[in-house]
Amino acid sequence: MTKTADIIVIGGGVMGCATAYHLARKGVKKVVVLEKQYLASGATGRCGAGVRQQWGTEMNAWLARESVHRFETMNEDLEYSGDIEFKQKGYLLLAYTEKQWNQFKKNVALQQSLGIDVSMLDAKGAKEVVPHLNTEGLLGATYCPTDGHANPFLVTQAYAEAAKKHGAEILTFTKVLGITMAEGRVRGVETERGFIEAPVVVNCAGAHASVIGKMVGLELPIYAERHQALVTEPVEPMQDPMVISLYHRLYCQQTPHGSFVMGVNDPNEPQSYNIKSSWQFLEDVAKQATTLLPPLKNLRVVRQWSGLYDMSPDANPVLGKTEVEGFFVAAGFSGHGFMISPMTSQILAEEILGEEPAMPIERLELDRFRHGDFIMEPSVV
Amino acid sequence: MDDHTIICRCEDLTLGEIRQLIAQGFHTLDEIKRISRAGMGQCQGRTCRALIAAEIAKATGKSMEEIMMPTFRPPTIGVKLGVLAGGGDHD
Repeated sequence: MTKTADIIVIGGGVMGCATAYHLARKGVKKVVVLEKQYLASGATGRCGAGVRQQWGTEMNAWLARESVHRFETMNEDLEYSGDIEFKQKGYLLLAYTEKQWNQFKKNVALQQSLGIDVSMLDAKGAKEVVPHLNTEGLLGATYCPTDGHANPFLVTQAYAEAAKKHGAEILTFTKVLGITMAEGRVRGVETERGFIEAPVVVNCAGAHASVIGKMVGLELPIYAERHQALVTEPVEPMQDPMVISLYHRLYCQQTPHGSFVMGVNDPNEPQSYNIKSSWQFLEDVAKQATTLLPPLKNLRVVRQWSGLYDMSPDANPVLGKTEVEGFFVAAGFSGHGFMISPMTSQILAEEILGEEPAMPIERLELDRFRHGDFIMEPSVV
Repeated sequence: MDDHTIICRCEDLTLGEIRQLIAQGFHTLDEIKRISRAGMGQCQGRTCRALIAAEIAKATGKSMEEIMMPTFRPPTIGVKLGVLAGGGDHD
């Protein structure tokens, strides 16, 4: 096995593979990705696959807008042999309380100032976009037709293949056991297949990022939280956009395959690495989905699964350098990592290589939690 | 069985397509499932799982016992959302 590398990336999810791609493309000779299972086996491959620009902070809206541009041309840019299945059928966000509606108005003003194509709809307008929507009690909705979804397995695969073409090495089924330090900086990574010497290590380990952080003596405020999802049998296309209702805690979309993917947020979910599926979730999501989108009651659930959100205290990522020389972090995405990964990975690679990042990254560094400098995002699901 | 034999009936995948993925280096059922959707359809892999495992065993020289099975996910059979919600038709 490889004995030395210029940069080691820990984690073979979308962030790890995309970061490795950017680093290799920018000329880093030897980038090695370490993944304990197979690519996208963690949060990436278990996510809801949605890509939305309708955020409430300028940073997230901008990251998502730039990422959408990159998803649009990803097959060509990465010269991918397959298709990442990026479809722009929109997102419809529903407001059921005055508070939500007032927040949406502010969000839309912000999004429009960034050139994002988003509009405000009344109940009638929302029903035109999703004819089977139950609009009882609906105050209004916001709609962005260029939001959409992509296939997380294939996006990760596309980045991994492109990284390899630029010389990166991807080692799956290679678990990280420890990180070796000398004189306060990173020296290399101990794996179950041997030691790899490297002066730079990037922690893209998702919900396990705090375990990796401890290996260099850092306490990362990132914890794991189970989120569950289900998929139905495929049917003829009947719903274009992803429908999100914070009030019902529900997201629900029909994939290009024809199946519906949906999930509900459980506010009482404890911190843990538990990824078992529960029947309580099935009942909860079925009630919310059939209330909001009644014809879905006839669809059969074929599979449910769960995955881990890598939660941070302000539900935004920890990105960039740390006080440990040579140790970088990109984790804590709190459920919206996949959709902003194309742009976030680029910024991270620029930061690691000492280039001027396309967006000031200091705001997202680990230090913010020590200063109580939280980034409050009002639109996390 | 030849390359045109359908292995996954739900997702319409042939033996040739499965062999191609194995040749590309995907040597676990989990990877093949995620890349190709094999086993993600209505039958949840009841037909294709063992057939693909046998192909992986043949290509890699491993025994069937060494081929890791993907997680068996609930529900065991398709259940209507309306039934789960407590108000729909029972059948």
